[in-house]
Amino acid sequence: MQIKVDSELCTGCESCVSSCPYDAIVMIEGKAFINEYCQLCKACLNVCPEGAIKEYFVNERIESPSLTPGAAYRGVLVFAEQRQGRLSQVSFELLGAGRQLAGKLGVELSATLFGCGEAEARELVSWGADKVYLCGDENLIAFNDEPYTELLHRLIVQHRPEIVLAGATALGRSFLPRVAARLRAGLTADCTSLDIEDGSRNLLAIRPAFGGNIMATIICPEARPQMATVRPKVIKKGSYDTCRTGEIVNITPPTTASRTKVIDCIKDDSLFTINLQEAEVIVSGGRGLGNAKGFEMLKELAVMLNATVGASRAAVDEGWISYSHQVGQTGKTVCPKIYIACGISGAVQHMVGMQSSDIIVAINKNPEAPIFNAANYGIVGDVYEIIPLLIKRIKEFKGDGGAASCEKA
Amino acid sequence: MKIVVCIKQVPDTTEVKINPQTNTLIRDGVPSIINPYDLHAIEAALDIKEMMDASVTVLTMGPPQAENALRDAAAMGADDVALLTDKVFAGSDSWATAYALSCAIKKVGYDLIICGKQAIDGDTGQVGPAVAEFLNIPHVSYVSKFSSLNGDAITVRRLMDDGYDIVEVSLPALITVVRELNQPRLPSLKGKIRAKKIEIKRLNHTDINVPPKNVGVEGSPTQVKNIFAPAVKKDRRMLEGTADHQVEELIEALRCIRCI
Repeated sequence: MQIKVDSELCTGCESCVSSCPYDAIVMIEGKAFINEYCQLCKACLNVCPEGAIKEYFVNERIESPSLTPGAAYRGVLVFAEQRQGRLSQVSFELLGAGRQLAGKLGVELSATLFGCGEAEARELVSWGADKVYLCGDENLIAFNDEPYTELLHRLIVQHRPEIVLAGATALGRSFLPRVAARLRAGLTADCTSLDIEDGSRNLLAIRPAFGGNIMATIICPEARPQMATVRPKVIKKGSYDTCRTGEIVNITPPTTASRTKVIDCIKDDSLFTINLQEAEVIVSGGRGLGNAKGFEMLKELAVMLNATVGASRAAVDEGWISYSHQVGQTGKTVCPKIYIACGISGAVQHMVGMQSSDIIVAINKNPEAPIFNAANYGIVGDVYEIIPLLIKRIKEFKGDGGAASCEKA
Repeated sequence: MKIVVCIKQVPDTTEVKINPQTNTLIRDGVPSIINPYDLHAIEAALDIKEMMDASVTVLTMGPPQAENALRDAAAMGADDVALLTDKVFAGSDSWATAYALSCAIKKVGYDLIICGKQAIDGDTGQVGPAVAEFLNIPHVSYVSKFSSLNGDAITVRRLMDDGYDIVEVSLPALITVVRELNQPRLPSLKGKIRAKKIEIKRLNHTDINVPPKNVGVEGSPTQVKNIFAPAVKKDRRMLEGTADHQVEELIEALRCIRCI
């Protein structure tokens, strides 16, 4: 594939030049030209008012023996994650996502579990797996890249699933790339949504790109399996049913000696004392607060709403509040009942961390702020005017108490 | 010890904005920088060099202007810098990028490879572990501390979602590092002068014996199908009027959902 400017159509308006993240579009003799810096990111494709920027497909894909044709691959496989012998929540979310994809494709949903027993494997069946490949070897309780890579690679080669999903956790993001490299398979990182393309069996893996300023749909047209890591807390869990039946298949432990040795696993909650992920209500602040004092005001509101305080990366980078409060791509993914965003513009890197909240309230000066796209309730206004008013009104409301409301009624 | 640091030149994505009318990226005046996590990787290599006999080679794959990132790395103190650049590399995904880098690293030689945990433009974090796989060496991701280091093995602290692990890995190995590991140094004046004159080794696909069918668009298993702006929520309600009125409506909404 190539991206070129049709010089017949180009009017020389230069509107495409600044759209390129790689500075690959230059003006030559009054016409736009895409030079060798082009990374084929497609950011320019819809920019041209004349439609002069086009994709050109050449029949250029040379037969490559290692790219296996897709026909031989069937089924969806989920890597179920455990920490210290307990199943992680993301495993149930992956089964929820996997169930939908398997349903659309009319295939089986299987899961694989390392370092746990039959009880946990049964749990995966209740969450939707038709089959669980279980390796109960206790050496696998602690996560280690090499044996995990060997086992998952072996399973994929044996059972040939067309889709393989894992959590975009520290663990999944560490060893899945090795498995994909070994298989010459396409792996899409940190997906926030998955679907099947109409008219083909291709997985549509949707993820934020360019630091979260825009979303991208990634496909693997030829290579199989199609692999993806999925962000925790973004996709809803499947239904839980203990009556479900499924097969549990025990598999043999890895055979190769590992060159990495896990000496100790330390659970350290002090890194995460702010329990954003369990919070039902989050009051979050961003650059729009202007200073650290703004967070004092948010804390006051949070106490009244029994909420936890969150923050955008911009606010954390400014040093107004500690990293443990950060919500978004490089912070925590949260899913509270109510998320109140104060002075947060809403870069996608923040949005992917909070967009699955049930109700989102956005307060921002700028009516064009992308946060309003995700909001259920939007207020265009100054946080320093709105929040104090809100605090005052809640105080009055609570001060009145039930009796006062009755009197009014 | 021969240390190779892989870096990437990226647009400073905190400065990239989106045009709400056209849903396209606006990149006017956005600077190109060394990926922030890679600065910690360079610092880690220079730290080791101060403790023992070691050389530090910084490698990047990218268009010709990525030279600037390499000069910045040389200013910090890298001994050698190399640029992997070739038209056939354009459009490489994480698989193809890791493949090309691994071939270049083989050519350069290595005992320890250090990468940042991810690049801020792609945010995949996949290239480091995949390079280790292609070289058939072990790797440890998300390293936040070095506990011990000798010629045969290193012991590191690996940051996990619920705490950390202590991991020992035999050399040669690859590690990816997080911000908590160190504070990257600023280039010295002497370093800047040296960086201006340093010879940048240029490598193309034939120099590293890479067949074009394994890199670029052709060698990449994944493709971008399309890019789009996030959708507007269907049940959005903008609260209008004076601040008092807006707050009144919000209170009403919060009451309905039993928040207060």
